[in-house]
Amino acid sequence: MRSNLGFFSDEKFRSIFFQTLVIGLFALGIFFIVNTTAYNLEKRNIATGWSFLQNPAGFDISFSPFLEFKSTDTHLKVYFVGVLNTLLVSITGCIAATILGFLLGIIRLSSNWLLSRLVYIYVEFSRNVPLLLQIILWYSILIQLPRVKQSLQFLDVFYISNRGLYSPRPIFESGFSYVLIAIVLALVSSFLINRWAKKRQDKTGQQFPVFFSSIGLIFVVPLILFFILGSPMSFEHPELKGFNFKGGLVIRPEFIAMFLALSIYTAAFISEIVRAGIMSVSKGQREASAAIGLKQTWIMRLIIIPQALRVIVPPLTSQYLNLTKNSSLGIAVGYADLVHGFGGISLNQTGQAIECMVIVMATYLTISLTISFFMNIYNRSIQFKEK
Amino acid sequence: MGNFELNKSIIWINLLIWYREAIFEKRYLNNYLNGENNMKKLLSIFAVVAFAFSAHAGTLDDVKNRGFLKCGVTTGLAGFAAPDDSGEWAGLDADMCRAVAVAVFGDRSKVEFITTTGKSRFPTLASGEVDMLARNTTWTISRDVNLGFEFVGVNFYDGQGFMIPSALGVSSATELDGATVCIQTGTTTELNLADFFRLNGISYEALPIETNDEGKENLFAGRCDVYTTDASGLSSTRAAASDPDKWVVLPEIISKEPLGPLVRHGDHQWGDVVRWSLNAMIIAEELGITSENVDAQMSSNVPEVLRLLGVEGNYGEMLELSNDWAYQIIKQIGNYSESYEANVGPDTPLEIARGLNALWTQGGILYAPPFR
Repeated sequence: MRSNLGFFSDEKFRSIFFQTLVIGLFALGIFFIVNTTAYNLEKRNIATGWSFLQNPAGFDISFSPFLEFKSTDTHLKVYFVGVLNTLLVSITGCIAATILGFLLGIIRLSSNWLLSRLVYIYVEFSRNVPLLLQIILWYSILIQLPRVKQSLQFLDVFYISNRGLYSPRPIFESGFSYVLIAIVLALVSSFLINRWAKKRQDKTGQQFPVFFSSIGLIFVVPLILFFILGSPMSFEHPELKGFNFKGGLVIRPEFIAMFLALSIYTAAFISEIVRAGIMSVSKGQREASAAIGLKQTWIMRLIIIPQALRVIVPPLTSQYLNLTKNSSLGIAVGYADLVHGFGGISLNQTGQAIECMVIVMATYLTISLTISFFMNIYNRSIQFKEK
Repeated sequence: MGNFELNKSIIWINLLIWYREAIFEKRYLNNYLNGENNMKKLLSIFAVVAFAFSAHAGTLDDVKNRGFLKCGVTTGLAGFAAPDDSGEWAGLDADMCRAVAVAVFGDRSKVEFITTTGKSRFPTLASGEVDMLARNTTWTISRDVNLGFEFVGVNFYDGQGFMIPSALGVSSATELDGATVCIQTGTTTELNLADFFRLNGISYEALPIETNDEGKENLFAGRCDVYTTDASGLSSTRAAASDPDKWVVLPEIISKEPLGPLVRHGDHQWGDVVRWSLNAMIIAEELGITSENVDAQMSSNVPEVLRLLGVEGNYGEMLELSNDWAYQIIKQIGNYSESYEANVGPDTPLEIARGLNALWTQGGILYAPPFR
């Protein structure tokens, strides 16, 4: 029997043989798809190539807070506006979801029956209703706000209507750069003070009021400098002119709807992760730290959270990734993100679906891998240091 | 022959199978001696080769084999393509679809209407998911050439306009400085809009929307001041408002929007069927043939009438249709004028006068090549 099979009876050979076969078939499949696509594109006279990136877009994007965009700009610029808008809603969403998630996760564990039940209802509701519906719900609510002519007014400078939230825009005059430098210096020195204080505490046991001294450095010092320099900043107030408010800063309802829906939806998951993390720290830890007389807040901050973080961070990373990818749902409410602008309008105006989709996918991949990379570094830094 | 590469590989696989059978099977010897069986096998190979080369038949054959037409329409634009009270698709574009179904099958019900958005319409057509589009689609060079489609004619001459609440007291589009404009993405109107405001040196904020319904919702809620799309679409939207008098369509028409049915580039036979289904309706109006008098016209003494209705000549056969195809279109759908008046004309909620869409003999630019 063995002699009939020859090479095939060799386990190593068999293993390599089948692996090669699978890779070969896979490569063949890819080749076939690419080949057929290229062939059919050419057959149907559909343009290919990347030169369209340099062509003028021809349409306008109204939500571009970081770059000035005109209809004569290129599709490449449409791409950059989209990336920035995607990053904007993702980053703000991640920050808000983390803060909200941590708070809710802790509240969920509180002994207050009503509070923990309320959080329970919130979590079960928002993680079990499709995100798309939540985005549309928030948007529908926001466009039912008063019309622009009947805007709600707060403190004489904020205006809320279904066109968004208008607020004064700070205009920095010459001299303000000194204030910025002061803030940067303050941040650096707070960081150094923190390190020094830790070392000193390790050595001598003496504590230093790091928190208050940092607050003083970061806020009070630049503020004093600001007034000494004669307040080198003014505000541009929004004014109702014709159809819309002119001037000022505006936050659009499309952005608000995305921000609210994404952060509330993701916070529900994060709160469960946080709860699991805290519960993973054994009860003995808490009791032991109480026994040596630590304050309740210190127990949480110094004993529980650092240990819980080891459990929290890996699933937290995937929540950040989810939130970033979910931001592509902005298309449902016309939020001008990457998928809507470049992967939608540019794609449709140029007809170059494959190129646009490849770029959009590669971009999401890059953003996600970057998030993973930094979260992995952070994760390593909080793990037990085994010596 | 779109799947030429695939078909080639099918041939090779078949050849391989036959070769293996021929070499390894014991029957081989008998067959060889016998001769007759071998011949059969050879024939079967020819059949396979022939099949592979003819597998990608024309759209007309595909439609005939399937038994119904797949026609891409809007997601609902009253007067052009929208389900009526009984759930039947009705409108100028819907009639276009039905006319083609009648030409192919002699039955106006043999259509499946497939809804497409401004964005999905082209991929839907290019991928073969629909046989044709009759979806308020503007004929432009880039769509005709670069996207690989074939516009077969124009069934509605339109232009882009603006609709605004009458309470705002605006009388011209040049007064729209700073306005928020609702605009359907992925359309020619989006590009025209940018050009118009740039040309006039005024600013605006675009609010991108996907469908006409979304546009309506945002306009009626006041999220945008102005809605811009083809003037016909505006009339349709206005007609759907709870109080149409509260809305005005501004006088400016800022673009040429010849809307027409389109098919995939390269299938000329199918393109001809759709093109002449449309032309037949226009020619019928020219010749004064209506759904009511079409039977009487069968005994007309005008040669072109007799050619159109299939009494004389074999134009139907040329198109690989039955010879009474045009008769059936007129009988079951009506001529262009009948379709127009029933769906978008002055007596409908849309109240669009014939204007450019009148026959060339009546001050419009509707013109079909002669039927001969």
